[in-house]
Amino acid sequence: MTPADYAFYAFGGVAVAAGLLMTLARNPVHSVLWLILAFFSSAGLFVLLGAEFVAMLLVIVYVGAVAVLFLFVVMMLDVDFAALKGEMARAMPLALLVGTVLLLQLGMAIGVWQTAEGVVMRDAPLPQADNARALGLVLYDRYIYAFQASGLILLVAMIGAIALTLRHRAGVKRQDALAQMWRDPAKAMELKDVKPGQGL
Amino acid sequence: MVGLEHYLGVAAALFVIGIFGIFLNRKNVIVILMSIELMLLAVNINLVAFSAHLGDLGGQVFTMFVLTVAAAEAAIGLAILVAFFRNRGSIDVERVNVMKG
Repeated sequence: MTPADYAFYAFGGVAVAAGLLMTLARNPVHSVLWLILAFFSSAGLFVLLGAEFVAMLLVIVYVGAVAVLFLFVVMMLDVDFAALKGEMARAMPLALLVGTVLLLQLGMAIGVWQTAEGVVMRDAPLPQADNARALGLVLYDRYIYAFQASGLILLVAMIGAIALTLRHRAGVKRQDALAQMWRDPAKAMELKDVKPGQGL
Repeated sequence: MVGLEHYLGVAAALFVIGIFGIFLNRKNVIVILMSIELMLLAVNINLVAFSAHLGDLGGQVFTMFVLTVAAAEAAIGLAILVAFFRNRGSIDVERVNVMKG
């Protein structure tokens, strides 16, 4: 066993354990924290595979944006999670059955899986000094249309999220620039002749 | 010696845990969304493992696309969740029945 192997077992074991604890946690905030741990350990696995850029992307996008988004929503919504968790014991047998069957199926698939003829599989990942540069050369050249489409997806998601959550509350005073520009002295001002010794 | 099969095993375990989480937390949409993120992560591990062992960067490029779609999906899903909670005061999936679907 080389140090890289020990690192693989550490990262892989932590990722699987964190995933399992995420599904079982009573408190959704703990669920999000376990999810973050799973993401971090998977980033470690990616580094072991020689994909540093994707590993850093995982940390930045998943941990920095998506997990924090989940954390915000969990903390902002005042949900009675204890009532939701009461259902867990009832759903456990079915969930265990489905999980076991799927795991057995995937295990069988990995067990009999073999590479096609003419495909060269490496025993160990190729050490790359400039993973990000090589990725950029492929991404902006061969996959440029898919890259632009992913930008479009993000734009649509942004507009959709804003449109879904935006609401105009009644009774809130806002600045109306157009109304301000169209004001004129005749409508905005009133002259009163106040007699001495009397109020209005 | 850790080979491709080990990474595929970890990815398969994470994927199954994601499905397990969906079945286990059928009422809690937040945990369902997190389980979906876990399944997408398992797919990413598969893509990167094959990319590294085949010496083809396409897998890592597609990992980035999966990451993009996962981020968009999380944003939209949580926005729908917030709008639903505002209207109903609950995030129970079984109360999503306005359209009688």
